[in-house]
Amino acid sequence: MRADIVVIGGGPAGLAAAIAAAKEDKSLNVLILERDNELGGILNQCIHNGFGLHTFNEELTGPEYASRFEEQLDGLGINYMLNTMVLNVSSGSVTAVNSNEGVFTVSCGAIVLCMGCRERPRGALNIPGLRPAGVFTAGTAQRLVNIEGYMPGREVVILGSGDIGLIMARRMTLEGANVKAVCELMPYSGGLKRNIVQCLDDFDIPLLLSHTVIDIKGKERVTSVVIAKVDSNSKPIPGTEQEITCDTLLLSCGLIPENELSRAADIKINPATNGPVVNESFETSVPGIFACGNVLHVHDLVDYVSEESSRAGKSAARYVSSSIISVGAEIRISTGSGVRYTVPSIVRPDELDSDLIIRFRSTGVFKDSYIDVSFNGSNKIHRRKQIITPGEMEQVILKREDLLNISGDICIAISES
Amino acid sequence: METKEITCINCPMGCRLTVTMSGSEVISVEGNTCKRGDVYARTEVISPVRTVTTTIKVTGGSVDRVSCKTKTPVPKDKIFDVMAEIGSASCTAPVKIGDVLIEDCAGTGVPVVATKDVSDLLV
Repeated sequence: MRADIVVIGGGPAGLAAAIAAAKEDKSLNVLILERDNELGGILNQCIHNGFGLHTFNEELTGPEYASRFEEQLDGLGINYMLNTMVLNVSSGSVTAVNSNEGVFTVSCGAIVLCMGCRERPRGALNIPGLRPAGVFTAGTAQRLVNIEGYMPGREVVILGSGDIGLIMARRMTLEGANVKAVCELMPYSGGLKRNIVQCLDDFDIPLLLSHTVIDIKGKERVTSVVIAKVDSNSKPIPGTEQEITCDTLLLSCGLIPENELSRAADIKINPATNGPVVNESFETSVPGIFACGNVLHVHDLVDYVSEESSRAGKSAARYVSSSIISVGAEIRISTGSGVRYTVPSIVRPDELDSDLIIRFRSTGVFKDSYIDVSFNGSNKIHRRKQIITPGEMEQVILKREDLLNISGDICIAISES
Repeated sequence: METKEITCINCPMGCRLTVTMSGSEVISVEGNTCKRGDVYARTEVISPVRTVTTTIKVTGGSVDRVSCKTKTPVPKDKIFDVMAEIGSASCTAPVKIGDVLIEDCAGTGVPVVATKDVSDLLV
């Protein structure tokens, strides 16, 4: 089998990347490989609204947002295979399996990695206690309720205040469950403020900051969990324990980019994002392999995923169509104080066809602070921000003409006033 | 005169807003750092509205549930009435995005529309 561009994953990133690649060069043969039985990825179970404000200027639900992309595929001649699991990726070749073709290999000009991310499960959180039924990740519960039509439980405690946890607190409440508390280990929420208001405050669900679950009780099924306050080192404080009767514990404790394929292909991974290191074109350390969406770094807004993925898809199309190999300078984008990571982390100014958007997350909560961008040590941007939190992705835009003339590193930092 | 404390949801700032009211009239909004906070506070304290998103039973389809939403936001205190009516309703495949599944949900005057396509079983 042969395709010019293989896109791995048919969620929001894969759809946007494939569409942008096909639009960039209509003669290219673009193939999406998706392991689920439908396209759309996680959007299918995100039935709440709030998607698309940036992309379509409308507030859409997840399935509606996905369909806006899916309906473009046929017109652009984009092929896709469902129920197809990719086993291996290397430069110019993708090996996959499904029940019709068996194991097969697609040779290709470029690959776009769009595998998304996974939830951090109980096993990775080291929560003490028994192992009864009734402990779910928030996303599993979301799938059960919204797609399968099953209620995972009636009396619920949620650990972690990531957006999926907040959304599920509301969803379970609407379906008649009693959500008793959302516990968050950190002294701030990992989710968007608007979700705290719309999902917790609207339904009087308490958000307990600096709290964690220290025990899970129940033999067959969860009967209660014990929560406790934690100190500044995240250690439970003796004497603050309280037992909450419940039959279900939902975990919303972070998302991890799914990079088994990338690692096996020896693609360089950034330990801060758990995603590939990419340049301005979203190309990884292996030429011809691109990455975008939540496999690259976990996003808050799908609109940003679509926008980045379009640029990745466009870059992949250009890579296949042109035989010119870049010889321009590579500038490193380094993280200064207060900045956990940036995407991209390398820029080749000669390859830019527009201004460069750099997205990043902070290491903590900063109030009344400044975002500083310096070129080779001299300050270029000094922008005041009232609040910066790790839960909300930040961005700076650097002008193409400014980047063409610089040497040395670009550094992004947060300074308190 | 009474005061209400609410959190603005327009941006990540999440300003704590203090709204001073006399009966159902807003006298002042304090704590906001921009104009949008003022506008939000005035709507939120008088007539808060929310879009309800959920699923509805579908018969004869390739799946058992189809996602749906109230076409426009409904009054916040009607959310559970809307949920109850959607919970006892069902629709028949095929369903297309935007199809009206309930004309006037729970007396709000707002229709419930499908947010996903569901093909019928035989396709």
